[in-house]
Amino acid sequence: MADMSPKKIKMPEQDPNVRNRNFEEVALGYTEEMALKEAQRCLQCKTKPCISGCPVNVAIPEFIKLISERKFEEAYKKIRETNSLPAICGRVCPQETQCEMHCVRGKKGEPVAIGRLERFVSDWFIQNRQQSEEKTEKAGRKVAVIGSGPAGLTCAGDLVKLGYDVTVFEALHEPGGVLMYGIPEFRLPKALVKKEIDALKNAGVEIITNMVIGKILTLGDLKAQGYEAVFIGSGAGLPAFMNIPGENLNGVYSANEFLTRINLMKAYKFPESGTPVKVGKNVAVVGGGNVAMDSARCAKRLGAENVYIVYRRSENELPARAEEVHHAKEEGIIFKLLTNPTKILGNEKGWVTGMECIRMELGEPDSSGRRRPIQVSGSEFAIDVQTVIMAIGTSPNPLIRSTTPGLNTQKWGGIIADDRTGETSIEGVYAGGDAVTGAATVILAMGAGKKAAAAIDKYLSGEK
Amino acid sequence: MYKIMKKRVLNPTVKLMEIYAPLIAAKAQPGQFIILRVDEEGERIPLTIADYDKESGNVTIIFQEVGKTTKQLGMLNEGDSLKDFVGPLGVASHFENVKTAAVIGGGLGTAIAYPQAKKLHGMGVRVDTVLGFRNKDLIIMQDELAAVSERLFVSTDDGSNGNKGFVTDVLKKLLEEGSKYDVVIAIGPLIMMKFVSKLTKEYNIKTIVSMNSIMIDGTGMCGGCRLTVGGETKFACVDGPDFDGHLVDFDEAMRRQQMYCDEEKKCDNISGCRLEAMKNG
Repeated sequence: MADMSPKKIKMPEQDPNVRNRNFEEVALGYTEEMALKEAQRCLQCKTKPCISGCPVNVAIPEFIKLISERKFEEAYKKIRETNSLPAICGRVCPQETQCEMHCVRGKKGEPVAIGRLERFVSDWFIQNRQQSEEKTEKAGRKVAVIGSGPAGLTCAGDLVKLGYDVTVFEALHEPGGVLMYGIPEFRLPKALVKKEIDALKNAGVEIITNMVIGKILTLGDLKAQGYEAVFIGSGAGLPAFMNIPGENLNGVYSANEFLTRINLMKAYKFPESGTPVKVGKNVAVVGGGNVAMDSARCAKRLGAENVYIVYRRSENELPARAEEVHHAKEEGIIFKLLTNPTKILGNEKGWVTGMECIRMELGEPDSSGRRRPIQVSGSEFAIDVQTVIMAIGTSPNPLIRSTTPGLNTQKWGGIIADDRTGETSIEGVYAGGDAVTGAATVILAMGAGKKAAAAIDKYLSGEK
Repeated sequence: MYKIMKKRVLNPTVKLMEIYAPLIAAKAQPGQFIILRVDEEGERIPLTIADYDKESGNVTIIFQEVGKTTKQLGMLNEGDSLKDFVGPLGVASHFENVKTAAVIGGGLGTAIAYPQAKKLHGMGVRVDTVLGFRNKDLIIMQDELAAVSERLFVSTDDGSNGNKGFVTDVLKKLLEEGSKYDVVIAIGPLIMMKFVSKLTKEYNIKTIVSMNSIMIDGTGMCGGCRLTVGGETKFACVDGPDFDGHLVDFDEAMRRQQMYCDEEKKCDNISGCRLEAMKNG
């Protein structure tokens, strides 16, 4: 009989006033006892609506049942059948708008904590079992995957299982893409990302780092080297700026640069690590998404006294996950809503000394369905900040499209790809993830990688 | 890992290394750069490619030991390896309809000016080269540049080589004497490139400068290398590193170059101790 408690078992977390000074993980994960109890809340319903909300179709009720039977290893393997990166998904998926949104228990009370259970199983496996993937016999057919972020890794993981000889090309020195450079250590420990990637390597995926496709090798070169299909999962790495005065002052960062310095280059360990980062006493982060929350929380951890989120709409429109907003507030991040920067102020030496902002009010809904922010004229005011972080979005990098004739793209740079298969305008070339959609979530990118892997398999097996 | 095939000391603080990186050597062109990391905890630093040899697969870098990373790099020897080495990044230099060119190299910039002069010379362009150093002990690449130049002028700030003056003085004299150039290529400290550009503007000669900004990834991802060119923001890594010297906001670029000055000092002290410890150990 299911446990009918209306609430999820709470997951222990570091105290907000302790954690806002360290880079260790915020959420601590379930104990076995907690996981067993939470697993009891699953009704094991026949219709399994939760699965329809999962972009990679994890067999959710099945793995939860295995947990309740204490078969943790089997539960892990059940998830791993369709999900190459479970420890990551358990942490960064927006379950509230996916699997958990469809959970029957959510109609009266809280849904089953699917994400927390997925995380528990994955962590248990990493701690207690050796990663000993069985290698599939390779059929000698080569597929190239460009980019080792969530889309590329998922595509590679699925293809290797099907017996393809998969090589992943990564531009940076470390595989993982946004999982390594973007999402901070305290939300997604890098040691864990490395473990997940090692599991894929053990399964037979080859990863070549320092390989900028579009510069060192082009898609044409890859074809000449015998790769029969290519998946482009190169993400959305190009930072947007506001084009307001003062953006080139010292102390203004794109969120990409700020987070890359901290996460990939470990600037929080400077000077032990070689890469520095500048954080003033007061920091303004412009934007309201998850990247803005991550930047703000990093700035706080690096010693900033006051960290402001400056967002032009109201709290209801914040694109960040509710959980991230909640965590940011707990850690003392100050929200300046309905506020938009107009100018960054600096001194004669070129350093940021402040930011001029204007108040906003909400008008009629715009094309996104959200109410359009309108400036309140004459309401300008200045805030005292030494660091400004622009977290207003990213777009796909032009390196591949500019060196690949015949690859059709949107005006804003996204690669045009079929929604169901990832097929692009070039035969044998597939694409997915942020490179196609623009900045979105880890799990959507994984879903796209998965679909493309299936389509590539179909394409290559149909050929012979 | 990327093996150091050859190491040469050019002057007390400037060293040359040939790194085995055949894929990069095969694609490299003058004006492009690489990014390297010495070890696991190291920072990523951009260095313009000084030469490349498709046959041996070697890429030549020349660097000045100014900070923690370049000092660490300078301590490595032939047979050692670098952790990471990626490139060729950036847009290659383009020379069209050029018959005469002046190549200006200041200090370490000489190392980057060399492949440009060599390429131009190979295209049949008449190249005058003007090099400037602080003193005669710092002079590098003189023979290499002499081999690809019609005329070579070397001056020193302190006159210790018997030829006192800045590169701008030499270039000004050449222009006043009636030398005509289709293009001037100036590579060196920002302040030098600023004043060369100012001078050539008066003479209305197209001037190309190479911007070695602070950057991380080198592929357009961080935006740390941004600069203002003709009123627009550009990224040195993907839009450059070559830019029209008459349009670059050098004052802003010089301020941006100072961004991590304090940290570098802090780091330098510590690396000093660390390197000392390594030597003793």
